[in-house]
Amino acid sequence: MLISDLCKRIIPCLDVANGRTVKGVKFQSLRDIGDPVEQAVIYQEQGADELMFLDILASAEGKQTTVKLVAKIANELSIPFTVGGGISTLADACRLLENGADKISVNTAAVLRPELITEIANTFGSQCCVIAIDARSIGPNQWEVLTHGGRKSAGIDAFAWAKQAVELGAGEVLLTSWDKDGTLSGFDLLLTRHFSTLLSVPVIASGGARGPQCFLDVFDKGAADAALAATIFHDGTWTVRSLKKEIEIKGVPIRAC
Amino acid sequence: MEVDLIEIGIGNIGSVKRCLDNLGIDFRTVDANNQPDGSRPLILPGVGQFGAVMKALKQNDLDSCLRNLILQGTPYLGICIGLQVLFESSEESKETPGLGLIKGEVVRFQNGKVPQIGWNLVRSKVGQNTERQYAYFVNSFYALPALSSVVSYTANYFGEFCAAIESQNITAVQFHPEKSAEFGMKFLKGWASSVN
Repeated sequence: MLISDLCKRIIPCLDVANGRTVKGVKFQSLRDIGDPVEQAVIYQEQGADELMFLDILASAEGKQTTVKLVAKIANELSIPFTVGGGISTLADACRLLENGADKISVNTAAVLRPELITEIANTFGSQCCVIAIDARSIGPNQWEVLTHGGRKSAGIDAFAWAKQAVELGAGEVLLTSWDKDGTLSGFDLLLTRHFSTLLSVPVIASGGARGPQCFLDVFDKGAADAALAATIFHDGTWTVRSLKKEIEIKGVPIRAC
Repeated sequence: MEVDLIEIGIGNIGSVKRCLDNLGIDFRTVDANNQPDGSRPLILPGVGQFGAVMKALKQNDLDSCLRNLILQGTPYLGICIGLQVLFESSEESKETPGLGLIKGEVVRFQNGKVPQIGWNLVRSKVGQNTERQYAYFVNSFYALPALSSVVSYTANYFGEFCAAIESQNITAVQFHPEKSAEFGMKFLKGWASSVN
């Protein structure tokens, strides 16, 4: 029996619009949650294994604000920091990496121009390039890709796209279930398992987290390598620390904090 | 204290710079055109492809400069690829020899998802393991030193692998201390004070 002590990662996500953290349900009805810099510091202290920052408006005029905010957050962090939202060129990726991001997450722009993945991977390495996929169920074991923050269907199969993205150089997949996002009804286990067992790179499950049992399920039944959550941490239902304790008791390898 | 940070234009070393700033370790960057002179400890950080990194190091014979300084006793800290290039060769780039300062080769993980990404439990071979210590790894390859006595930390990724080495003036880590929260900060501080 070959032993691995690699831990399952718990990743709080900051969805940011106009410099503030926000959260919605199924990508809609956004409400204000707080200051992203303050939250980043708190989540790190609570034992977050990594932090995700998504600029959900990603407007052209907001890009400079985002870069400044990313730099401010990065300066406070000694854990990995992934930034996504509106990254459509290698230059966008460079600017964010120079300002403190460790990884870049691409979504819509990569669907429209898949070479973007290869450009980032070839310049900074695959470990730097996360492909974010918003997937919506369209039948048994079938999901379609949504783009533009869940507003548009790309008309392509989500798993085929994930495979292609990995071949192009993506080093990780951030897999968000549109059906589950913000619903607090648990991760989409079938979706996560399908992707995580068939892809050669780590899969981060996202959408639907409610409490410890959801995480236990997504790591075990869903075979996820990491799980992302926003609402439960923002609302204070769980701290990263209290959540990790519950998961660790059940024998899942977790970085104790 | 002041260190020379080797910048070869591959990968993203911004986080290492920020981390040194936060720890109060002054650094100046050195490269092929502005080579180190051995008056300060050296740090070679980063993620990169073995062959590409060796090629970058060959510019203006920076590789010979580093090899000589390290052989003369200049303290060296290698992070990730900075550990791997110390070895004689790597499966990642079979035609390109490494610096050859540590006997052994670099090989690819045979099991599990590759790259290994995330926090892994590290065990010290020299000190006491009083608490569980986790470090952040991002790697597809790991080193197999010919002499197990140089291994200072190990970790398990579907089998035990070398997580860090310690040999005279050489310290090198496969993990990323700059991204490893308290353990990483403690490690870097410890190294900095040991070479000061």
